[in-house]
Amino acid sequence: MSDDEHKVEYTTVSLPKPLVEKIKERMKGTGFSSVSSYVTYVLRQVLSSIEEDERSKQAFTKEEEEKVKQRLRDLGYID
Amino acid sequence: MIQPHGGTLINKELPKTEKARIVEQANELEKIQVNPQTIKVIKNISFGVFSPLEGFMNENNYKYVLEHMYLENNVAWPFPIILDVSENKAKTFSSDDRVLLVDDKDNVIALMDVEDIYSYDKKEFAEKVYGTLDQEHPGVADVYSKEEKLIGGEIFLINEPKAIFPDLDLKPIETRVLFKEKKWDRVVAFQTRNPPHLGHEYVQKAGLTYVDGLFINPVIGKKKVGDFLDEVIIKAYQELIKEYYPKDRVVLSTFETEMRYAGPKEAIFHAITRKNFGCDHIIIGRDHAGVGNYYGPYDAHFIFDHFPDLGIEPIKFRSFSKCSKCDAVVNDKICPHPPEFQNYFAGREIREALQAGKPPDPEVMRPEIAKIILQYKNPFVT
Repeated sequence: MSDDEHKVEYTTVSLPKPLVEKIKERMKGTGFSSVSSYVTYVLRQVLSSIEEDERSKQAFTKEEEEKVKQRLRDLGYID
Repeated sequence: MIQPHGGTLINKELPKTEKARIVEQANELEKIQVNPQTIKVIKNISFGVFSPLEGFMNENNYKYVLEHMYLENNVAWPFPIILDVSENKAKTFSSDDRVLLVDDKDNVIALMDVEDIYSYDKKEFAEKVYGTLDQEHPGVADVYSKEEKLIGGEIFLINEPKAIFPDLDLKPIETRVLFKEKKWDRVVAFQTRNPPHLGHEYVQKAGLTYVDGLFINPVIGKKKVGDFLDEVIIKAYQELIKEYYPKDRVVLSTFETEMRYAGPKEAIFHAITRKNFGCDHIIIGRDHAGVGNYYGPYDAHFIFDHFPDLGIEPIKFRSFSKCSKCDAVVNDKICPHPPEFQNYFAGREIREALQAGKPPDPEVMRPEIAKIILQYKNPFVT
């Protein structure tokens, strides 16, 4: 496998200039060397949090959920 | 919805076939008789109320929790969850043995893989958990009444103990499905061991105003003499909800556990357990889970500052009262009027009126609630 095959490809996204200025302010003292690396880090955090949330929403199997719903109906908690 | 504490909702109930196999082998295993309080702990561990705990604490976790209020894996936990046995009983089995936990009628409750058997210092336990050695404190008295040895290890539920109020007994998986079904993303929990007065109603509704649902979760189980009977609390809440709460915004369910009266540390415990039920907020009032004068009135507020990683957010109320000038229930952040205008919902005065067979001031407790309590000849634990 050549070295090229390990390289991550990058693309360009556009950000409003005022936001970039805010990001630069926020980056001060964080150790991040560029707006791109900081934005990449933040987006990874956000995506990981969303994915975690989605996982928690699927915390039970459909079968388990149906069984639980039936009990909740029997007890009058849901219609 | 908020993740369970430690990331996973624990389920330690054995599959049916496995249960049958263990029960068949029951005579070959050593048995440990456990009391009703411990049976509740077993049930709570088994159905994830105490997630991430999977059993009774081993010596390392016991020491770590006592010292740091964290488990060894760096998940917050306020006090040890232990199983005590006598010196003699501890000689009948060893580490790595399997034992059965049975009730006073020899019914099998759970299987336990014994990890370790260890000694502990009751004085250290009392001092670090309750901040006092005074045996007038019900939690301290309980520690001193315990046996001399502790055993740690994972448990597996075989027979689910009967609930005191089966129709109100929801497990965390059930409340989580229920909240999801109701489309509640944000839920505020209300911990209580009293029937509601208007101050309670005020903080519950204030909390509910900013979230999707209210989870009223009275503690049912061993309490101290003078506390209200469980049935009184439940009936009073059922009446209040029927008459004064939007049905689609409130869930009443019981939490079977003993009150430890550990004040601030118990507030953290109450928060963690309600997080496991799926709540992301909890109302913490003045002297939460306190008793006597052992804790400062706002210690249970301050302690949350040490747990920024808890996940569940406390909604802290300093005090609430009926202000005669505002002609409303208020709290000290929103009302400028001095104490002579305030009626502070004093628990002592409410009790005195009820003990005398009279309804408390209707500005303090709704007449419908007082009527329910007064239907009981003695509504208190004796």
